[in-house]
Amino acid sequence: MEKDNDKILDEVTSGEYKYGFYTDIEADQIPKGLNEDVVRLISERKGEPDWLLEFRLKAFRHWQKMTMPGWANLKIPEINYQDIIYYSAPRQKITPGSLDEIDPELKKTFDKLGIPLEEQKRLTGVAVDAVMDSVSVATTFRETLAEMGIIFSSFSEAVKEYPDLVKRYLGSVVPYTDNYFAALNSAVFSDGSFCYIPKGVRCPMELSTYFRINAANTGQFERTLLVADEESYVSYLEGCTAPMRDENQLHAAVVEIISEKNAEVKYSTVQNWYPGDKNGRGGIYNFVTKRGICRGDNSKISWTQVETGSAITWKYPSCILRGDNSVGEFYSVAVTNNHQQADTGTKMIHIGKNTKSTIVSKGISAGVSQNSYRGLVKVLKNASGARNFSQCDSLLLGDRCGAHTFPYIEVDNQSAVIEHEATTSKIGEDQIFYCNQRGISTEDAIGLIVNGYAREVINKLPMEFAVEAQKLLQISLEGSVG
Amino acid sequence: MLVIDNLKASINGKQILKGITLHVKEGEIHAIMGPNGSGKSTLASVLAGREFVDIDEGRIDYFGKDLFEMAPEDRSREGIFLGFQYPIEIPGVSMVNFMKTAVNEQRKYKGLEPLSASDFLKLMREKKELVEIDSALTNRSVNEGFSGGEKKKNEIFQMAMLEPRLSILDETDSGLDIDALRIVANGVNKLKRQDTSVIVITHYQRLLDFIVPDVVHVLYDGRIVKTAGKELALELEEKGYDWIKREAEKNEVAWTVNPK
Repeated sequence: MEKDNDKILDEVTSGEYKYGFYTDIEADQIPKGLNEDVVRLISERKGEPDWLLEFRLKAFRHWQKMTMPGWANLKIPEINYQDIIYYSAPRQKITPGSLDEIDPELKKTFDKLGIPLEEQKRLTGVAVDAVMDSVSVATTFRETLAEMGIIFSSFSEAVKEYPDLVKRYLGSVVPYTDNYFAALNSAVFSDGSFCYIPKGVRCPMELSTYFRINAANTGQFERTLLVADEESYVSYLEGCTAPMRDENQLHAAVVEIISEKNAEVKYSTVQNWYPGDKNGRGGIYNFVTKRGICRGDNSKISWTQVETGSAITWKYPSCILRGDNSVGEFYSVAVTNNHQQADTGTKMIHIGKNTKSTIVSKGISAGVSQNSYRGLVKVLKNASGARNFSQCDSLLLGDRCGAHTFPYIEVDNQSAVIEHEATTSKIGEDQIFYCNQRGISTEDAIGLIVNGYAREVINKLPMEFAVEAQKLLQISLEGSVG
Repeated sequence: MLVIDNLKASINGKQILKGITLHVKEGEIHAIMGPNGSGKSTLASVLAGREFVDIDEGRIDYFGKDLFEMAPEDRSREGIFLGFQYPIEIPGVSMVNFMKTAVNEQRKYKGLEPLSASDFLKLMREKKELVEIDSALTNRSVNEGFSGGEKKKNEIFQMAMLEPRLSILDETDSGLDIDALRIVANGVNKLKRQDTSVIVITHYQRLLDFIVPDVVHVLYDGRIVKTAGKELALELEEKGYDWIKREAEKNEVAWTVNPK
């Protein structure tokens, strides 16, 4: 019986990664290695103003004084930062003036990923910024959005066209001194998305950024800056994939969100970076700093993440609840299979009065993977009436994987109400057999059970992506139970 | 439809079934009774294809096919239904989604198109009425937070949805009050057709007041030690199992002394 179970687990967890292809496109790259000249070179390539170069250099000098933190429940092989290419841009024959002029090879790549760059083919109601390696290659629906005063562009363009906005907000939520990878990113970031929703505007479509790593030996360091002005609303999505390679590749992004008075930002991630092969060779190191600030009263930031990819995932999308009555939410499903590792969770910092936060984390571990939830709920002295509810569940498939929970609670105000619930369960043979007996194959049964388990989180995703995420969960665990 | 021939089966090296022979014809209702530990649930597990039971000997034919060659899900798709003694909870999976998957898997197996959402909901409504199951139950996750009685009713509801040829009800009566028992039994009776069969596994006669069997078997120590008409159930109710045990042990001695 034990043996059968193992066989079953192996089958379900050994599904193929479906986005592992590579696009053969000429790239404009700088040589490997990292020093001040490289930082200057990146800035120069992008034709940046002096203040931004200054920002990069300060960050770089700070980074040089730092050491990589070692507190995570992760085994990270040593990373040689001199062995990474920090800037690689797919070379397009002409600078595209419109979406029709994008290199067909690039278009084909994104088509294959299910992200057509022609607006008419796009899922209605979703605008996309497509980023390949170090640069944004296309942004759809810019004009439509501009009519409402919404700015949605690549980060590089925003620096050129709206320098004041970028300057005002860049580094305001995640300063370059924040942590090792935020400092590194601040020094070498190459592109990303910028989004500004003006006062009183409800963004009529989903905005999304699709990140694709293509070139070998490169790191991807992108920056997303999202500003929701007073009384505005936006729902934002990011997706990501990478080719299958035997070497590990580093992805160290920074996402900053600013939510002003009465504004609401919903940020969803479907992370599907290449996870490495069955034996743990290759895969992306996904070391990302994501943080939002609810600056104004009654503002809200909601993070939803479905993490299925990456060899190592290390990130804590967080909320600083500064405005009174502001609300922070974090809904997460993290799947680890084979040799994958994840140490992920959130930080909810209650500063304003009557601030509220909700954390729902669902970990799913299979194979010989390790999956940790780490979360901080911090209530400051003046945050009277703060409330938090946390729920951390772990689901284990098989008996060779691990699930860990590290909740931190720091409360400096007597009136706070903090609740924490946690469960660990194993996917039961009984559950699978029950499904079998109703005519449902084991693979479908696991899909059903896992999706049922993650339902609370999946339901938070925008419709089209919820369906995608469901399939992804199933594929990620394919072969892990038979 | 079902021919069990000299079935011997073990769990963890211990033989539980020691030579069961049983024939079930289309349209028949068989009751299998017996004291605790006699092997009733093991027999149900073998029929449904649970992996923890090892088959030592014998064979089972289901409509002329070797049952042991069929995966559990295929047995279900071919019309074998097991009403679980302890139905399993699957949190977060709605009954609607669960049943829809089950019904459509069965249809796919038969080469039929999946049911449309509206046809499926209509089917669900019909069957809910048929087995008198509370509508609210089917809006919840599979068996999650259901009372014992609700779980058993839910089994009968699933049986109604899947329209099996052969239903095996494993102690469906345990934990039911008299009203729930009646509802469950009514459901089974309503679903009964000329070409379907039922094996009712139970400790007690009271279920058999409502589901009247054609044949009653007594299972003791892994063997069927007595087979008779429905009146046997009444006799057991009155006299308990001790006389069966004594009779069986006498036979055992006879067999050992004078092996056939």
